[in-house]
Amino acid sequence: MNESHNFRDVAVVSVASHQTKTLSEVNEVQLMADLISKCRNSAGVTQEEIGFTCSGSSDFLAGQAFSFVHTLDSVGAFPPISESHVEMDGAFALYEAWVKLQIGEVDTALVYSYGKPSAGSIIDVLATQLDPYYVSPLWPDCFSLAALQARLLLDKGLISLEKMAEISKRSQKNGFDNPNAVRSSKDVSIENLMNEPTIVDPLRVSDISEITDGGCAVILATGDKAKSLCERPAWIKGIDHRVDSHTLGVRDLTRSSSAFLAAEKAGGNIDRLDVAEIHGMTSAQELILEKEFCLTEETQINPSGGCLASDTMMASGLIRISEVARRIISGQADRGLAHATSGPCLQQNLVCVLEGE
Amino acid sequence: MSAELTAVLGVGQTKYSATRGDVSIAGLCREAACRALEDAHLGWKEIDAVVIGTAPDFFEGVMMPELYLAEALGAVGKPILRVHTAGSVGGSTALVAASLIQSRVHEKVLTIGFEKQSESNATWALSLPQPFSVSINAGAGGYFSPIIRQYMSRSGAPELIGCMVAFKDRQHALKNPYAHLHQNDLTFEEVVDSPMLWNPIRYSETCPSSDGACAMVLGNEVSGDRAENPVAWVHGTAMRSESNNFPGRDEVNPLASRQCAADVFRQAGITNPLKEIDAVEIYVPFSWYEPMWLESLGFAEIDHGWRMVEDGTTSLSGGKLPVNCSGGVLSSNPIGASGMIRFAEAALQVRGMAGDHQVDGAKKSFGHAYGGGAQYFSMWIVGAEKP
Repeated sequence: MNESHNFRDVAVVSVASHQTKTLSEVNEVQLMADLISKCRNSAGVTQEEIGFTCSGSSDFLAGQAFSFVHTLDSVGAFPPISESHVEMDGAFALYEAWVKLQIGEVDTALVYSYGKPSAGSIIDVLATQLDPYYVSPLWPDCFSLAALQARLLLDKGLISLEKMAEISKRSQKNGFDNPNAVRSSKDVSIENLMNEPTIVDPLRVSDISEITDGGCAVILATGDKAKSLCERPAWIKGIDHRVDSHTLGVRDLTRSSSAFLAAEKAGGNIDRLDVAEIHGMTSAQELILEKEFCLTEETQINPSGGCLASDTMMASGLIRISEVARRIISGQADRGLAHATSGPCLQQNLVCVLEGE
Repeated sequence: MSAELTAVLGVGQTKYSATRGDVSIAGLCREAACRALEDAHLGWKEIDAVVIGTAPDFFEGVMMPELYLAEALGAVGKPILRVHTAGSVGGSTALVAASLIQSRVHEKVLTIGFEKQSESNATWALSLPQPFSVSINAGAGGYFSPIIRQYMSRSGAPELIGCMVAFKDRQHALKNPYAHLHQNDLTFEEVVDSPMLWNPIRYSETCPSSDGACAMVLGNEVSGDRAENPVAWVHGTAMRSESNNFPGRDEVNPLASRQCAADVFRQAGITNPLKEIDAVEIYVPFSWYEPMWLESLGFAEIDHGWRMVEDGTTSLSGGKLPVNCSGGVLSSNPIGASGMIRFAEAALQVRGMAGDHQVDGAKKSFGHAYGGGAQYFSMWIVGAEKP
């Protein structure tokens, strides 16, 4: 963000999301048609009143080139709409929409994203995201790479297995109240978690994200328009994203410098945060992020359960924003940080700071 | 508050060819990016953000390649966005980059579109089996040929108009050193005698399959004022999409195309495109799309676009409205870059830097891209003077 410039006030005014282990009865178009309708209806706007639409999804995840073209049908794009698509998590689509709203020509935007990883093998899919010449041909899976990261943290004494289990416990307990959480438990204990078998040493079952199908839709509006659509809009006080090198060997994997930088630029570490929704694939990654965002006990972290409870690739970041926004809109929280990540071992990161009035 | 004025400060292109086996994907992108920075007289450090676009990831077999490309594009520690809007992606990518300047979020942005089709297999990429649907395996030509036949029947266009477009664009390509196809001895008869692939589309009337990248550096008003080389000022930007498949949709002249054009001309204050625009770069992957888009965009009366082809209006050799002076998509088609090449070539024309394919004294030019089943559109108008 350009810090010297006064940006237009933009707020999240409506959200809708759905996550489940396997969406066997509906395809992406049906899922999103339902969520987009819910989101528009709760804000009381029709598609024709929306100035800009932007979505995020992945062809590789869908197993089909131009897969997002079909999902456009869930919006009802006729009469034609002003629209764009990023091959990124929906949080980045929200960023593009926020930029569009800053130009000043339109006052509302619809953002959506979705993923249906149950259709394939996510560890194989994500292996194709790595350097195509030197890394991808070895087919390293995403959880093994995250395990290397966790191992580094353990070896350097920056984390313990008990601390990782505490994060898993937090996720499962918080997830109990979230209908979208798939892995949740009211009375999970550290002891039980520590006794789980390892999936990829040192990561146990509950240390890695619960892969789910799902989607999310969000409506943004500016200034007075936001106030007319929502009693208590969740204003975007700052939003920024940064990327690190892709080459794992040149990065300090015990940190995520791009996450720190994005939070700094978005103004995440200035004031008290009531709530933070952070996007990590493992308990260890959540710990790295807590440190990069300087989160303290004052902040409730991942009240939704986060990605350890339910992780929908391409939508998880946007869902983090929707979870913070939902709590602000309902008055449960005044100020929150939402985070999205992409790439191996927290390579690319987006931070959005939201606030009620 | 109005939008920040946006300028094209630099353009960089690679040589387009069937296989760029001498470079990696990163090397290909970097080649275009370095040339754009050189043209803009800027270094990597002066770039605030990167916006990259490419067509389906399956075309290279690399998922979300921008992650792997972050270092090669100088994006480490900066924001990078990855756009994908089907065939229009190169244009949309440039427009997302422009929006970062127009919104005053950034001051200087590098944008790049690329495709390295030789890394994978496009036919495989487009033929992955899907549950509950039967693939017709017709390819893009099979998809568009019935729409072209509909145009011919509506407009009464003579049969060889498509061949005339193809011959003209291949002649234009001879003047563009970056073009993939350089068919020096091609005759009109050879274009006509070429095998019929999807009636009425002959092999000679289709675009090639290319490796290549195109990059631009965009900047705000201050950086445009300070630039050493001439800049192109952005006068209008627009994107539109519509659903693909529903009864009553006009596939020859989609409403999204008409609305997108109306919006971009309104922004640029243009009421008579034919008179006020000096050079046009439109996305023509199959020859007949030149007259079809000329009509849809408002450069020609409905059903009369083909006459502009027939009477030489769209030729660089003395035509009133030279179209695709670079040789167009028919002469170079690195899919993810093809839209950006149109936008960049439009900028080169008003900067007076198009070399042998320069339209003398071009002051305003039009860049265009489309994608999907002719349902995604992106357009811009650039000028030698500020808007």
